[in-house]
Amino acid sequence: MIVVHNACKKFGQLIALDRVSLELSMGKSYALIGPNGSGKTTLIKSILGLVVPTSGEILFNSKSIFNDWKYREQIGYMPQIGRYPDNMRIGQLLEMMKNIRPGVAKIDEELIDEFKLGKIYDKRLHALSGGTRQKLSASLAFLFHPPVMILDEPTAGLDPISVEILKEKILHEKKMGKLMIITSHVLNELDELTEQLIYMFEGRVQYNNSIESLKEETSELKLNKAIATFIRQNELLASVN
Amino acid sequence: MFYTFFLLICTFALFQLDGDFGKVVLSLMNIVLMAVPLISVIFTTIHFFNSYEFIELMLAQPINRRSVFLSEYLAVASSLCLAYVIGVGLPFIIYGAWQPISSLLITGVFLTLVFVSLAFFASVLTRDKAKAIGIALSFWFYFSLIYDGLLLWLVYSLSDYPLEKLTLALIALNPIDLARIIMLLQLDISALMGYTGAFYREFFGSSLGILFSGSLLIVWVLWPIYFALRIFNKKDL
Repeated sequence: MIVVHNACKKFGQLIALDRVSLELSMGKSYALIGPNGSGKTTLIKSILGLVVPTSGEILFNSKSIFNDWKYREQIGYMPQIGRYPDNMRIGQLLEMMKNIRPGVAKIDEELIDEFKLGKIYDKRLHALSGGTRQKLSASLAFLFHPPVMILDEPTAGLDPISVEILKEKILHEKKMGKLMIITSHVLNELDELTEQLIYMFEGRVQYNNSIESLKEETSELKLNKAIATFIRQNELLASVN
Repeated sequence: MFYTFFLLICTFALFQLDGDFGKVVLSLMNIVLMAVPLISVIFTTIHFFNSYEFIELMLAQPINRRSVFLSEYLAVASSLCLAYVIGVGLPFIIYGAWQPISSLLITGVFLTLVFVSLAFFASVLTRDKAKAIGIALSFWFYFSLIYDGLLLWLVYSLSDYPLEKLTLALIALNPIDLARIIMLLQLDISALMGYTGAFYREFFGSSLGILFSGSLLIVWVLWPIYFALRIFNKKDL
């Protein structure tokens, strides 16, 4: 579905992506993890076409995304920090999003209802709290039943009840055979939501396999322990070499 | 809004000072030639960076980068043009003088378009708001002050040679000069511009001269926005 082939991205001296190659297929859900600044968001933005890789290519449905924009119809994106034009109202924003995708007949307003955003349709976007912003971003990402979902730290800043609502929604959508890419620093959460793991470190993909096999390799039962062991092993190998 | 108001006040004040339409237009022209580019440049750059989030949001949606960029351009340019036309045009309508104002309005609109283009170009060159405003302001500074100085210096120091054609070509490189020439030719006071003005007049005749500098102004609108678009298409957000 999405193929990243040898993608490199440099910001001046900094190498944000270093020959990243990935194959993401439909119906699977991927956890994208790594320390801060390891290139997760850059990778996501490259897939969305917001960042143009210095070299390498990205294919969506075996078509290059370079200079293409139609493919974004099939992606629902929830950014890490949702930034919206200050002087618009929530209702206006939703209306505008619907205008952008006129072909979509079925609109998924489940999250809007569950988060009770309907009551504050008149609120201006600059007056929203961080959590409400996250809720709005999530609702927008799910609004058009996109087959591919990219969620960048979806639960950061949400209250526990909303986290549960969102998780349930993600699990529900996952069962419908969507491709999910989720980044998070809360590993327990990823353990529930995803089964594939991509671990990035300093712009490189260090691990790309299922969570189950990582647990077997490291003989740990929990994801956070397994990753810690994995990192330790890697460090050990690096110091030996 | 503020911009319209400023222009309205200027125009009315000049009418109060002087009864002769020709003189009013001339004084107004000098203000317009300085203020219109300056305000277009600053307003556009600030607007671009304030709507950065909006652009980012739009580009995560299935929309072409080109249409996002061009609609940003059209929105800014049309609102500035409208403000200008109302601000300068309204007093003239009230005083019932249509004839001398038309060329002032048209060249003012063109100048707005040119400098909005240049400001967009400056904005896509960098991610830093302050830097972009600096670049945009230096465009304004260069075209409205430095360029004329250089031109004068050149003409003065090479005054022994026949320079008519060279000056003509050099004027084409500055949109503000082009606008000034169009207005002066229209106002039939090209003698005021001295040497070059007289030559320009003789060379093209009034209407051809206006056509020529008008099309050059269009080139000045198009090239910055074209290059800005090309950079924007490859820009990281």
